Amino acid sequence: MKIHEYQAKDLFRKYKVPVPEGRVAFSVEEAKKIAGELGGFPVVVKAQIHAGGRGKGGGVKLAASLEETDTLASQILGMTLVTHQTGPEGKLVQKLLVEAGQKIERELYLSLLVDRATASIVIMASRDGGMDIEEVAEKTPERIIKVYVDPLMGIQGYQIREVGFGLGLPMAAMKSFSGLLSNLYRMFVDYDSSMVEINPLILTADDEVLALDAKVDFDSNALYRHKEILALLDPSEEDPMEMEASKFNLNYINLDGNVGNIVNGAGLAMATMDIIKNAGATPANFMDVGGGASSEQVENAFRIILADEKVKAVLINIFGGILRCDIFAQGVVDAARKTGINIPVVVRMEGTNVDEGKKILADAGLDLISANDLSDAAEKIAAAVN
Amino acid sequence: MSIFVNKDTTLLVQGITGNEGSFHTRQCIEYGTRVVAGVTPGKGGKKMDEVPVFNTVAQAVKETGATASLIFVPPPFGADAIMEAADAGVELIMAITEGIPILDMVKVKNFLATKKCRLIGPNCPGIITPGECKIGIMPGNIHKKGSIGVVSRSGTLTYEVVDQLTKLGLGQSTCIGIGGDPVNGTNFIDVLSAFENDDETTAIVMVGEIGGSAEEEAAAYISANVTKPVVGFIAGLTAPPGRRMGHAGAIISGSSGTGGAKIKAFKDNGIHVCENLGQIGRICKDVF
Repeated sequence: MKIHEYQAKDLFRKYKVPVPEGRVAFSVEEAKKIAGELGGFPVVVKAQIHAGGRGKGGGVKLAASLEETDTLASQILGMTLVTHQTGPEGKLVQKLLVEAGQKIERELYLSLLVDRATASIVIMASRDGGMDIEEVAEKTPERIIKVYVDPLMGIQGYQIREVGFGLGLPMAAMKSFSGLLSNLYRMFVDYDSSMVEINPLILTADDEVLALDAKVDFDSNALYRHKEILALLDPSEEDPMEMEASKFNLNYINLDGNVGNIVNGAGLAMATMDIIKNAGATPANFMDVGGGASSEQVENAFRIILADEKVKAVLINIFGGILRCDIFAQGVVDAARKTGINIPVVVRMEGTNVDEGKKILADAGLDLISANDLSDAAEKIAAAVN
Repeated sequence: MSIFVNKDTTLLVQGITGNEGSFHTRQCIEYGTRVVAGVTPGKGGKKMDEVPVFNTVAQAVKETGATASLIFVPPPFGADAIMEAADAGVELIMAITEGIPILDMVKVKNFLATKKCRLIGPNCPGIITPGECKIGIMPGNIHKKGSIGVVSRSGTLTYEVVDQLTKLGLGQSTCIGIGGDPVNGTNFIDVLSAFENDDETTAIVMVGEIGGSAEEEAAAYISANVTKPVVGFIAGLTAPPGRRMGHAGAIISGSSGTGGAKIKAFKDNGIHVCENLGQIGRICKDVF
């Protein structure tokens, strides 16, 4: 789960990770009030959306006066910000972060994330702050410092020094950096973060280190034990259909094609999307109803897909294991009765209780296209939309 | 022969009295698996059908000598259950539980490094040696005894592959789902090496998906160490970057974990690539 920069910085403050002074504003008036209270100019006006690349898209501006704060806040608030991470449709800016400007001596990069291969927490740092770290990693891998922390031991002093000296920090800044990194590690673990990224981390003229930006992502599987993090979820940043699906514990992702699909199991769901694409059509979504779905879940899954206006046909691909085909079929029938089907629906069912499932579908008298196997299903769905 | 489990494997089930635990325990017993004990804290002394239930794994192992464990406990208790089994000396731990927090798994993995045991999963369908032993949630009837080893990161996708193989008369030696989580116990290479050393396995099907670099590492391993023919499939070739495709591990982040890179690694290392799941049985029939 992602949160906004201003929320991440509030967490940083709580953990004594230094950040610039500033607050969130929901209106131009508020933005001006905060700017006035910061006690000096320039101030930075930053659009708050869940996407990177805000600066390049025109969502981060420096204001030299109260008047300019007014002008810039009016411009940014309410704009549709398009960055490389928002997609061409962009995201509506509804909040601003207004912060005190900083005297930047150097820009650095610092992040913490879980490393799959070593089952440890890896600290990544680079002198090339402010840049796209993927690009640095690709072109100049020697400029990236990686330190692996044993999760059972926690971060050690020598590891912090390795990162600090690797970044070429002056001795005078080491104490400030040491506090920052150990506190950041503690925050990472306390809240089950999956990623914490500071880009840039700055060194000021007074040899202090400060997080100028803050990006934090949490492990959604661990949110049950962090209610205070869950409260930070911003529904306006989420896809409404994905929010609806999550209410029923459905793994759903909205995509831009026109073939809706319902599958059990994430791997098979991905493979089904690929098959749709191979057959010359494009998937409108990823939908995994899970291993042990109830007929009520299936009904809701079908309802959500049918409510999607871009969907011109639906492919149902079920391999019954724990999820029995008869239960699945009942969910489809219930949904069809309630919402009605006016687009082609191709059904491919296999596995546990498949005969009972097929009988339920046949007895319901629904207008469904049945497929014998995957290849057959792919051909039929492509024919239905093309 | 087969790998990791056979007709002599004795199993205990953690979370045996829950809905899923009891349902799948019965399915395993019906398939012929020797289920000797169950564990549910607070229900020690009771029975689930004919299976004695204990309060702790240590007790269950002491009383019954179980060598393998199948875990169905809810995600908040998953890590604890795995560590309990490892500490009690269980040799093979199968964690079906989906949704264990990654920082819990990271700790578990480091803890297990100090123990003599093998963890498969979490978030996996389990393992089956057709005709001998089923430890997991896969439908037993689609399998057929034979000589193809199947290893996969996904559950239902494995069933699809197995079903196609069986319908074409190609039986399996052992089928393993290693799970869809980013940090798991047994990886592709562990299984590939076991299949390579198993006399009864003559060919291997490897089913991967987007995210991480496990498939690339496995491909390099195959090129250097595996003499048996391998057919490979990758799910999620059309998935957009930055979106988690159900499995916590299935996410393309930046330039790493893309399906294209994995397919290329397969091809570069002599693995027969299947690009259309509907054809995987047919391709195996041709190659093997």
